[in-house]
This record gives sequence, structure tokens and C-alpha cells, in this order.
Amino acid sequence: MTADPVETATRTRYDADTLAALTADATAIMERYPNPRSGLLPMLHLVQSIDGYVSRDGILFCAEMLGITAAEVSAVATFYTQYKRHPNGTYTVGVCTNTLCAVMGGDAIFDELSEHLGVGHDETTDDGAITLERVECNAACDYAPVVMVNWEFFDNQTPETATALADKLRLGEDVAPTRGAASVCSFKQMSRVLAGFNDGRADEDAGTGEPTLAGLRIARERGWTAPDGPDSEPDRRGETITGEPGSSAERRPTTPSDTQVGKDKKPGEDAK
Amino acid sequence: MTLTPVLTDTWDKDRSWRLATYERAGGYAGLKKALKTEPADLVQAVKDSGLRGRGGAGFPTGMKWGFLPPPDGGPRYLVVNADESEPGTCKDIPLMLASPQHLIEGVAITSYAIGCDHAFIYVRGEVLHVYRRLLNAVEEAYKAGYLGKNILGSGYNLDVTVHAGAGAYICGEETALLDSLEGLRGQPRLKPPFPAVAGLYARPTVVNNVESIASVPAIVAKGADWFSSMGTEKSQGHGLFSLSGHVTRPGQYEAPLGITLRELLDLAGGVRQGHELKFWTPGGSSTPIFTAEHLDVPLDYESVGAAGSMLGTRALQIFDETVCVVRAVSRWTDFYAHESCGKCTPCREGTYWLKQVLHRIEAGEGQDSDLDLLLDLCDNILGRAFCALGDGATSPITSSVQLFREEYQAHIDGHGCPFDPSASALFAYTPKTRTPGALAGAGAGGH
Repeated sequence: MTADPVETATRTRYDADTLAALTADATAIMERYPNPRSGLLPMLHLVQSIDGYVSRDGILFCAEMLGITAAEVSAVATFYTQYKRHPNGTYTVGVCTNTLCAVMGGDAIFDELSEHLGVGHDETTDDGAITLERVECNAACDYAPVVMVNWEFFDNQTPETATALADKLRLGEDVAPTRGAASVCSFKQMSRVLAGFNDGRADEDAGTGEPTLAGLRIARERGWTAPDGPDSEPDRRGETITGEPGSSAERRPTTPSDTQVGKDKKPGEDAK
Repeated sequence: MTLTPVLTDTWDKDRSWRLATYERAGGYAGLKKALKTEPADLVQAVKDSGLRGRGGAGFPTGMKWGFLPPPDGGPRYLVVNADESEPGTCKDIPLMLASPQHLIEGVAITSYAIGCDHAFIYVRGEVLHVYRRLLNAVEEAYKAGYLGKNILGSGYNLDVTVHAGAGAYICGEETALLDSLEGLRGQPRLKPPFPAVAGLYARPTVVNNVESIASVPAIVAKGADWFSSMGTEKSQGHGLFSLSGHVTRPGQYEAPLGITLRELLDLAGGVRQGHELKFWTPGGSSTPIFTAEHLDVPLDYESVGAAGSMLGTRALQIFDETVCVVRAVSRWTDFYAHESCGKCTPCREGTYWLKQVLHRIEAGEGQDSDLDLLLDLCDNILGRAFCALGDGATSPITSSVQLFREEYQAHIDGHGCPFDPSASALFAYTPKTRTPGALAGAGAGGH
């Protein structure tokens, strides 16, 4: 039997155009790494950008691209919370209910949203607009309580702002995060960015929040700065060669290794 | 003690994330100087500066670099840990959002210093715009000749790949991060061998936190002595202190190590008006909690350690008297149970049981023996787990039982929680009736 073309050898059920596009993107992903297997996580994000979740076809596709088994792909896909095992809504609305956000109001926000939308954790509204989740700490504690929509920051939320946000999302209106891009993109668009394909929106800016600048504002008001560096910072080209003025050889000994010549040097280091 | 903006210094500039903004503020002076310096001298300079890992453990950064074996002609890697997920920790994300070039310049200098020609930034997947900013920052740096082939005419080549994770706290553990970066489930590896010897693709690898690497350019540009002129004798330099919770002005405060919470609270307008400090974490949820008695502990590695906790990531979560400590600790425990990777039994089973016991205490169904049971479970996890996640899970429990045992007992004796959860929220609301199961949080799903 002669070898079939790749397109017909696949066990996936993607149509030819989709498969060709996926293959080109997956190839670009694998080329970023010395070992192509490192591309699996972005490749699973890529699959979600087409299917809206990690589908059977997506698992087979990754396995075929990497030459590993579907079981090996599934083992990875089921480990990470961002990989969805059933079709996700257009928007993931994640309410932080880790301790700090929870006590500051996150629990109340989740309860209100859950009742308002009629869905619980990791469930999707009937219209397919919103998948509601409780999320763990998302590194925005100074803006608690925090809600994430497709992993953009909605800071300092209340039950009222969160339900109003959810209503807008269900109506298909654009919503803007408090920090992030000018508007929230869809779950599939987001997944493509997470696969490493820049969507060119990095320069969009919903604003820098006050907590981010809290310390800096005080330092500016009071004229506080870090200490000045050495007075002259001219081009010291050449001066850092060992033995010349200003080099490490002139530095005052501060650690034992400074006075034990060669102790830090490993065999072969001189060869560099 | 005054604040010392270094990493935060450009954050209030127009389009602070752009390369041009960073260059106007003196950015890339460190790289220019570094490329004219012997790599070994750069490693020595970072050792001399006293910089210690800003990701929690506080291991001396230069020493970590020095652990790499001598070059054998094969690849060596730098992997930046940008998987910021420790509850309370919120410093690297604003840094990468506001000033990603600080990190990129640090990556270029560090890679040159350790002889690496392909570096990776592993950022958690749950921060979309941060990932955009990083991708963009790397593109800008390539175009300007700070990355790529023959950097600034030096003959040095470096590629940088920004890699998004997919949601797993454990990937902040450096060996789990490496497995994840290799396309596997993110589970910790047995050490030794340490990453310095056998890390990414079993090659010599340095794994450093974002803030550690971002601190390198100024150390190179201004000198080790400049850096060590800030901070204490053994905890040198500047650090981001992140205040959150019941504080008037939460946020990022960049200060010399050794500043106290009392000083920081003064700057931040104090605890929420009309309330008082009950307990706080010095370095995230995995560090034993402190109370008002610890307001004057210098926030440096040694002093916090001597006081019975850890400096960790300087994630200062402030809780006032309205917060039920049982509720707080129970929720953190849900987190550890959810994020336990399942590789080792003490952590996988232990966090599950801790969660069950805490839930029943919180729900008013606790038994008198439950506190000793909790402590016994912690005793069987601490020091017996495969990685620090298990140890971290016990910190809030053992410290809070020690400090607030009577509050736990009140839940058991009174068959319920004596606190009104709405009192700790920032807005007024009427709590909905919940079933005990509803408290399970995201932890109900598991991996």
C-alpha cells in the first residue's frame, strides 16, 4: 500500500481547509521550541481557538502533529483548568473566590451571578454566551474583588456591576476591562492569542489602575527616589577587563570568594 | 524609611509599556554595559549585590547562576518563572503589564551572563493582556537589535520565546514549570538533580522569578554597591510590597527590604476606616499568618523568619476584625486541595482531608477532636510532601490554630460561624443561604 497524503491519513474530522490552517499554525508553534513536544500547551490553546474546547478531533490532531498517543495528549489536557472538556461559552466569566477576594465580596458576587444567570460553577448559559467559573487567585489582590472575563481584568466589582456586565455580554455588546485591551475578545480569539499568535492589541490600554501606582504616587509627592547610582555613568568601554581601572578586580573584597582567587571559576570557564 | 521606585519608576509614564518609553528612562544601559563585560564578572556582580530570589524562596540569585556546570558545548537555558499565582501575590503581573522591557532587558543580560542563547518566559495563561504585552515587548526588542542575531554588534545571539501556561498553580514550582514547558503535566521533579545541572530538556538551566530578573539591569548599570546600599545587611536591595485587603489604599509599594508593615500601612492610609488589624500574611497564603503583634517586624528574610513566618513574595494581605479566620483558612485549604498535583500521597490525600475537616468546622459540624486532627494531618504533610505546595498548605492552618484556637473552638461549641460574612465585604449585601457544598469553591472540580 502506498502512503496516503497526510490529509487523508488523519483520524480527525476537520475539513481540508481547517486542517491545513491548523497544521500550518501547529508547525509554527513547534518551531518555537528546541523540542516540538513543548508546543503541546499552545497547540491545545490553538485547538480551543477553532472548536471552543478541547475536542476529540483536537486531541487527535495534537497527537498526530507530535507523534504521540491521544492518551498522552488527554493526560495533559485534563491537568490544566484552562482547557475545557465541553464547549465553552463565548465568554468565560470567572469570579475570584480565593480567600481575599471572597471575604471582600467575591462570594457574594459569585452567588448573585449564579442566581442571575441560572448556572453554577463551570456551567454555561443556555444561549451559549457565558460559562461561569469560580477562579483561583489571579494576581490582582490589590483590586479585590476581581472578576475575569476571558482573562481580562474587571477590578473592584460588586454584585451590581457584575450582573450588569453579564447582561451586556449576553446582549452581545462590547465590554471594556478596567485594565487590559479596549474591549474583551471572544473565547476563541483569546485562545488563539494564548497559542502565541499576537493579535496586535498590546498597545490598547484600558488604563493603569490606582493601586498599581499607589506607592509611586507617594514617592513622587514626597520627592522620594531610589539612591543615585555612581555619579558618572560614562561609557566604560574596555574598563571592565580584569585588571583595568573600574574592574571587578578593584572592587573591595566583600565575600570570602573575593579573596580566594579562582575559587568561583569552574574548569573550562576560561575557554569562553 | 522612604520608598525607592526602581522597577516601578516608569509606570506612570505615557505608554509605559513601550520600548521607547523605557529607553528614554535609561533602559538598556545595563545590557550595553553587560555586553562589554566578561560573563563571569556579571555573575559576580549579581552575587555581590546580594540579590535574592524574589519569587518566594529567597535563594541568592547570583549563586544560583554560579551552580551551572562549566560549558560543554551544548545548550544552556534561562527560564523566567512568570506563573504568579500564590494567593495574595500581585507584583509581577502589574510589572509585566506596565513595564515588560525591564524583564526583557534582564533576560538578555542574564542569558549573556550564563551563556544561554534561547530563553523562555513562562507566563500563566490567565492574564491575556500581560501575554500580549510580553509578545509585543519581545518583538520590539528584536526590531531594536536587543534580541536576535549579533545583539548590538557584540556577536552574541539570543532568542526569547514567551510561553503561556494553561492554569495550574503548581507550575510556579520550578521543576513542575519545566515539565509543563516540555509539554507534560506540570508535576514537580525529584531533586537532585537540580535544574542547574539537568533542567529544561535535561540541560543546565537557570529558573528565576520575574522580579529577580527585572532587578538585574539596574544592578549592572549602577553597580552592586548601589543595590546593596538599600535594604538590610543580609536582605539587600529593593522589593515590591503588595498591600491588599482591608487597607485604605491597596497597591504596589516599592521599598527597601526591611521596611515594616506599620510603615507601609502609614503610607497606605491605614487599615479600613473604623476597623482594626486582625491578621495578615507577610508573603502569601503559604506563609504563616501574623497579627498586630508583628507590625514592627522588619520585612526582610531573616527578621520574618525569626518571627516564625517567611518573607515569601511580600504579599501583604490585610484582614480586619470582621474576617472569620476559619473561613479564610478553609478557603485557602480549598485552594491547596484544588491545586495539589496528585503526585505525592501526603499532599494529595492530606489536603483533601484538611478540606473536609475545615468545612465541617465552618459549617458548625465540627467535633472537639477536630483541632488536634487538623494539627496531626499537618504534621503528616509538613516535610513529607514532594514539593513545597504541601508544606505551604499547612502554614495557614498551624499558624491560625496557634493564634486563634478559641475562634475555631467557638465554631465547634456554637455549632456554626459567629461572623457575619457581609461585614467583611466592601459593599452591603444580604448573604444568600448556602449549602455546605457551595463552600467547596473551585476546589470541587479538581484536576
